[in-house]
Amino acid sequence: MQREVEGIHIKTEKLTLGYSNQEKDLLFYELNLCLNGGELVCFMGSNGIGKSTLIRTLAGLQKPLSGGISFPANKSGIEIEKWISLVLTDRIITSSMTVYELISFGRYPFLNWKLALANDDKRIIEEAIQATRTESLIHKSVNELSDGQMQLVMIARALAQDTPVILLDEPTAHLDLNNRVEIMRVLRNVAKTMNKAILVATHELDLALQMADILWLATPDKQIEVGTPEDLVLNETLDKIFRLKGFDLKTGKVNHAPFRKREINLIGTGYEFLWTKNALDREGYSIEKNANIDVEIIHGREKLRWLVTAPTYTKSVFSIKDLLAQLTIDF
Amino acid sequence: MNRSLSTLNIKAGLPYGLGFLVFFFLVCFLINVAIGSVDIPFLAIVSSPFRDASHGIYEQIIWDFRLPKAFTCVLAGAGLGTGGLMMQTFFRNPLAGPDVLGLSSGASLMVAFAVLAQGVLPFGLGSFQPWGVALAATSGATAIFLIVVAASRKVKENSSLLIIGMMVAAFTSSLVSVLQFLSKADDLQAFLIWSLGNVGSTNWNELNVMAVIIGIGLLIALGCVKPLNVWFMGENYAKSIGVNVKRARVWIVLSASLMVGTITAFCGPIAFVGLAVPHLVKLLMPQSEHKILLPAVALGGAILLLLCDTLSQLPGSTQILPLNAVTSFIGAPVLIWVVIKSKQRN
Repeated sequence: MQREVEGIHIKTEKLTLGYSNQEKDLLFYELNLCLNGGELVCFMGSNGIGKSTLIRTLAGLQKPLSGGISFPANKSGIEIEKWISLVLTDRIITSSMTVYELISFGRYPFLNWKLALANDDKRIIEEAIQATRTESLIHKSVNELSDGQMQLVMIARALAQDTPVILLDEPTAHLDLNNRVEIMRVLRNVAKTMNKAILVATHELDLALQMADILWLATPDKQIEVGTPEDLVLNETLDKIFRLKGFDLKTGKVNHAPFRKREINLIGTGYEFLWTKNALDREGYSIEKNANIDVEIIHGREKLRWLVTAPTYTKSVFSIKDLLAQLTIDF
Repeated sequence: MNRSLSTLNIKAGLPYGLGFLVFFFLVCFLINVAIGSVDIPFLAIVSSPFRDASHGIYEQIIWDFRLPKAFTCVLAGAGLGTGGLMMQTFFRNPLAGPDVLGLSSGASLMVAFAVLAQGVLPFGLGSFQPWGVALAATSGATAIFLIVVAASRKVKENSSLLIIGMMVAAFTSSLVSVLQFLSKADDLQAFLIWSLGNVGSTNWNELNVMAVIIGIGLLIALGCVKPLNVWFMGENYAKSIGVNVKRARVWIVLSASLMVGTITAFCGPIAFVGLAVPHLVKLLMPQSEHKILLPAVALGGAILLLLCDTLSQLPGSTQILPLNAVTSFIGAPVLIWVVIKSKQRN
């Protein structure tokens, strides 16, 4: 699991979390984990399993029941706010401050009581703004931001803290796909270019599978399984833990039952083929080579169309919507 | 990208805002000293700093009456404004304020004990002894602040906190009325006048006590700039950027209670100033940096109280309105405006 010892940014030793030492109140039991520089780790597990508690404990906001968290030996005395920064789910009561001001709070651990930003501080803030591509937001007031923008700004604030470790609790919750992808890309990029260890608690299995270097999977027996996403897919650990209902991890798609009991021979190539197949799958047709009904995708110089042929039947349609309608009416 | 330019613009606007406040403050101070039931020639006012009270009747009025009153306004306004700002930040609630959350009532109760209880109880502080009264009022304000802080950790809703504050105020008021009922007529009259808000009865000795305590309160507040700035993000975020939340909480409560308690002891429970001033100042300069807000709010509070006191003098007449009548006249509309504005935003 642990690649090179010198890359370890934070490490837990027999870390046990919970509300009390009784069996039923335990969340995690004797975890031995590490976060390495340059790695994006996605932390997954069902609701209420203790993901937020583990993040708060790693960040020193909460005491573990037993066990400990250690930094690299030469950094053992460092203040925790200079080693770990956080993006939490806590709702921020917004005020009229500007985004730049909010991001600059990331420099607070390094400022004296005068709170004056030195040139170095300003440079680090600039870098954080560039990494999160929030340049266009910095003069806006915080309460003008959309949810996705707010998350990016909070990530910029964490980056401005310039810590080797960043812990994020559900940074993509309540965001649309575009914003979710954007945030994960930013985090991945930051991990790689700035050699940071980044831990993201998330529910987005599809995104985690494609973006994470390492997955942490919280298991029902109060442990955490660690591995690359691919290994965890192939050895079926993910299936076991999530008890997936109709989502085929190995193809990355939802399984549809062919409830129409009707077979179609789909002829075509490229994206048009993929999306037509997607629509037919969803509508409960099964795609078979030697079916009675042929659907041929014709494109090239003419307008994209679908040619439906069956014995004593032929018809052209110009959208997948019409294709589906025609298939329902005529067959 | 004109980023650095705009940051510059924001900063460049600041000295104007503060400069305006300082200028306006000086004007209000002069007007406050100049206006009263006795007409004093302008020349006498300007020259009074260089002559002492023995010089003549005008100088005597200025030194023994008008200047202490003006300085009381400055100290009380500055303290209440700062206290109000700290409480609004602390509770993350734009409607928090020393009178709204019952701090003034707590201080009143302790003062009532100190003043009225002489007739009922075998002990008492006798007539106003500045340090003793300040101590009593501060302890009362602190006690109420701690109760409200404890309650605020249970209830998350803004309005619930205000209801709790109101109920605490109602509870202490009921105790005060019991004391009033049992006390002697003379004491009662003194207490009633005090409870209407009064900046005109402080002497130089009391003023010194006030200045020292409010100075300490303001210094503590300035020391809390860092936690105050990040308080809006919540406890976890504040801790994660190295703010000692527990220690900051103690200092903020202490500073606000110290100032509000002392002011209430000497001037009575002055309504609305602590609530209204932070909003008025933020209207003038939209800001969330407490390094700037704290001095601005202190100046703003001084200005508002000087203005209210000037208005309560009713120029050209010997009648004086109760100070609270004037502050409420200004403060109540501000309160309504804040409620409507915050509802609109949600």
